[in-house]
Amino acid sequence: MSVRSKVIEAIQQIAKEQHVTLPALSDDLSLHETGFDSLAFAILVARLEDETGIDPFTISEDAAFPTTVGDFVRAYENVPA
Amino acid sequence: MSPREIFALRDHLGAELKGRTISDAHDVVSLTDILSHTVLGGRLHELSGRAVLLKLSDQLRSGLAMIELDGIARRMLLCPPDLNPAHLDALIADAGIDAVVTDEPDRWAASGVSLVVTAQLPLQAAAPAKTERGTEWLMLTSGTSGVPKIAGHTLEALTGAIVAEGPSRGPVPVWATFYDIRRYGGLQIFLRAILSGGSLVLSDPHEALADHVARLKARGVSHISGTPSHWRKLLMSGSAAQFAPAYVRLSGEIADQAVLDGLKAAFPNASVGHAYASTEAGVGFAVNDGLEGFPADYLGNRNGVEMKVVDGSLRIRSTRTAHAYIGRDAASLTDDDGFVDSGDIVELRGDRYYFVGRRGGIINIGGLKVHPEEIEAVINRHPDVRMSRAKSRKSPITGGIVVADVILAESTDPARAKEIRDQILELCRAQLASHKVPAVLRFVEALDVTPAGKLARTDA
Repeated sequence: MSVRSKVIEAIQQIAKEQHVTLPALSDDLSLHETGFDSLAFAILVARLEDETGIDPFTISEDAAFPTTVGDFVRAYENVPA
Repeated sequence: MSPREIFALRDHLGAELKGRTISDAHDVVSLTDILSHTVLGGRLHELSGRAVLLKLSDQLRSGLAMIELDGIARRMLLCPPDLNPAHLDALIADAGIDAVVTDEPDRWAASGVSLVVTAQLPLQAAAPAKTERGTEWLMLTSGTSGVPKIAGHTLEALTGAIVAEGPSRGPVPVWATFYDIRRYGGLQIFLRAILSGGSLVLSDPHEALADHVARLKARGVSHISGTPSHWRKLLMSGSAAQFAPAYVRLSGEIADQAVLDGLKAAFPNASVGHAYASTEAGVGFAVNDGLEGFPADYLGNRNGVEMKVVDGSLRIRSTRTAHAYIGRDAASLTDDDGFVDSGDIVELRGDRYYFVGRRGGIINIGGLKVHPEEIEAVINRHPDVRMSRAKSRKSPITGGIVVADVILAESTDPARAKEIRDQILELCRAQLASHKVPAVLRFVEALDVTPAGKLARTDA
């Protein structure tokens, strides 16, 4: 499974658990518009770390948290394995 | 004016009851004629008036030495098996120790302790000793990473709850405990066995659980106590089926409804009760209605035990509490009114108080305080769960999130793991605030339990 589809699947799973109705997940959708609160993002980052072994937001101190879905996915894609 | 009569353990042991024993995995010692025997090589008189460190590698000799020393030594400090040796010097200084009872006399030869007495089996015949004084019992608190605190008790305080309950009805009980008897919970069972005219079967940390249960059964154990973690391990082991005690007791950790129900199902003919006690606060109360928590009307004064809730924490005043922390820089044990602050946080729901966790065990989730125990209690309600542990994990977004490790029942089909995970999370979402719902749930084979029988939370 590609990194992108792993991330998208995790977002959909958490949305289901948190009873969040997601809009269509396009790359330029702002993360704010996903309906996720900070707790939902914290869960997402923790689950993806368990699945991929990567937490791109803790590795680099100056990494800014992404603003769009596309940025978020690329944060995982751009980490060297 | 004549001094008040002082009772020591020896004064509770008469020859009129036959067939009483105290045993471990290796030896069986008769309690019937114990008063005319010595485990101290006949050197008890040398320990008269001394402050004695009881540092033995097994519980059996420890218990026999306690029987001899009580009423003779000025004080005795009980060392549990997991005591960090690095803390011994500080404890010896704080308790003013001037004698040691040990099974490793060579180790103490070069120590500063002037009197070293070896405890040995088999017992030797000796003239019975007479009670000289009320001995102070010193016990170590568990659960802290630094030097443990020393809590001072009298035999009267330690046995207050046992005397209040009166003699047990029916056949003479055979007691057992998963605890070590040098810890408060285990000592209570040791004292019960002595005072109730019964026998006692000791645990052995090196024995496999199935062998231990076989021994409990072979010795006819009728009354048995342990922590909820001890009991969960027994339920998970599948060994419980061969064992049918009449009385099952839990203490030392929160007894949630799942473990109470699990024990009731495993031992349908037993009465299952949970007791609230700690080294400092003594025995507070027992709950025998099969439900977690305790009735709200236990607060106030009940059978000489006064309880109140201050800032969510249970405070207890009674003649069963320890009387002081011992040592030069020892903190005060009680508040200004003589209440011991237990640090156990309770919550009133309806007409019952429920334990939600330890004040010192709070984890911080995005600035909100969370007790891991209340999350575990919800997870444990799922019928396929045997045991769980919640803890915090760092998060770059909220600072911390809740994660939980879960042990499933041995018969659970691994293919159902995802379905069970969803059900557990659904349970949690229905009963807990959203920040308390585990973000990540892991299924594990085992969870660490400390030597004191409590779920290990050190890396939480």
